[in-house]
Amino acid sequence: MTGTLAGKAAIAGIGATEFSKDSGRTELRLATEAVKAALDDAGLAPSDVDGMVTFTMDSNDEIEIARSVGIGELTFFSRIHHGGGAACGTVHQAAMAIATGVAEVVVCYRALNGRSWSRFGAGVQRRQPIPNADGVHYGWLVPFGLLTPAQWVAMFAQRYMHVYGASSVDLGAVAVADRRHAANNPSAWFYEQPITIEDHQASRWIVEPLHLLDCCQESDGAVAMVVTSVERARDLRQPAAVIAAAAQGAGPDQESMTSYYRDDMTGLPEMGVVARQLWAQSGLGPEDVRTAVLYDHFTPFVLVQLEEFGFCDRGEAKDFIAGGAIEIGGRLPVNTNGGQLGEAYVHGMNGISEGVRQVRGTSVNQVGGDGAVLVTAGTGVPTSGLILTSDN
Amino acid sequence: MSERREPKPRPAPIADPETEPFWSAAREGRLTVQRCTVCGAAQLYPRWRCLRCRGQVEWVDAGGGGTVYSFTVIRQNFSRSFRHLIPYVVALVDLDEGPRVMTNLVGVEPDDVRIGMRVRVRFEPVSEEASIPLFEPT
Repeated sequence: MTGTLAGKAAIAGIGATEFSKDSGRTELRLATEAVKAALDDAGLAPSDVDGMVTFTMDSNDEIEIARSVGIGELTFFSRIHHGGGAACGTVHQAAMAIATGVAEVVVCYRALNGRSWSRFGAGVQRRQPIPNADGVHYGWLVPFGLLTPAQWVAMFAQRYMHVYGASSVDLGAVAVADRRHAANNPSAWFYEQPITIEDHQASRWIVEPLHLLDCCQESDGAVAMVVTSVERARDLRQPAAVIAAAAQGAGPDQESMTSYYRDDMTGLPEMGVVARQLWAQSGLGPEDVRTAVLYDHFTPFVLVQLEEFGFCDRGEAKDFIAGGAIEIGGRLPVNTNGGQLGEAYVHGMNGISEGVRQVRGTSVNQVGGDGAVLVTAGTGVPTSGLILTSDN
Repeated sequence: MSERREPKPRPAPIADPETEPFWSAAREGRLTVQRCTVCGAAQLYPRWRCLRCRGQVEWVDAGGGGTVYSFTVIRQNFSRSFRHLIPYVVALVDLDEGPRVMTNLVGVEPDDVRIGMRVRVRFEPVSEEASIPLFEPT
């Protein structure tokens, strides 16, 4: 490992609420429950916490949660923008704070009633009538009826499939893998509900080339994790999940979900920025990764991520994933918690928890060996990623 | 199923000082692009300066022709402005001058749309004050 960040911090505790479609509680309460659960998991007291990180999209102020949980003084609080792209970025922020001595114990969290309070997938249905940067950006999409995350991603997918000859069946392989893994996971919304490729193909069109089963669900729930130094983590209740690398990335000509004006639309250059840093920091490469949690709000970008990280060449992800290669027992099991298609959509944070479980050896779909675990955050937006390893 | 409320008009574009010339020209049925007075690069959507060399830009008329770069057929949309149009085609069109624009393809069956298809602009009023550029096959 190289640099001043790699291997300095670890995820010492994870916590979550149940994942549902109607939590019946406030987002603040969900966040509080998840944060408390993560501290309990680590064996730390609320008074040990001195830092908190979340998404700009989260509705729960750090100070509200601190009050609810019983956390006292904070020396570090920070938020990351760009929706699900923030997920691993919260841990990145925490690790930087710990590596620099700004904080000793940092809680990262995300809570949302993404189904019962709002329909998270509804996208941009209302705009403020002022020409700020967001207003101008959406002003070029909204008059033409391109309003939702599914629609934004479909535009990329069509081009990718055209250039590389990928088909809807190739996309479906991701959904089948996720749902197979979710079927074993009692915490997953789609527990005991695997699908076949025929189910995928028969599901209705949402926005071509995306079928219903290419789209993740909307969920209510919260996830939190506790980050501290590797040294301190060794004294705590759980085996440390060492942050061997953490990185954020934005690419040239970047937009949030609609980077349509680049010369090429078949890659995710921002994830390439993340990948290069993760490999450099950790000193690892694709061959060292045992399992990966790849952000899956929609299936097509799972293929593109495999290419950006160098698991295969450009355009060859459809061949890489064929024949169950990303399912448990395959060469690179992906999204062993069921992903966001199968477990829940908690904006990528539940994927980090699964990465930690894989390091601890406690996943319901445990992948054998002691190789590294890769976790990525939102695709199509400025994003982030992590490499987690065991402490030895 | 509950009775559906009346469709609403499409949301009109919001002009700001940088985009107002584009939408003014659109109202007159003219498609325009920005061209850099220094390096000659054409760009949309409008910016204060050239994104290639940061030079000053001027507005010029475009020929109106282009090629479909990507598209999607929208089969589900809850928006009252669009659900009565389903299925409709949203496309990215590469103008002959270079810039890529967001649009709808009209005058073509969604199943017949192809990447690489040649298209030409036509304008559709969305309010008393605004028209938007749509494209149809040539």
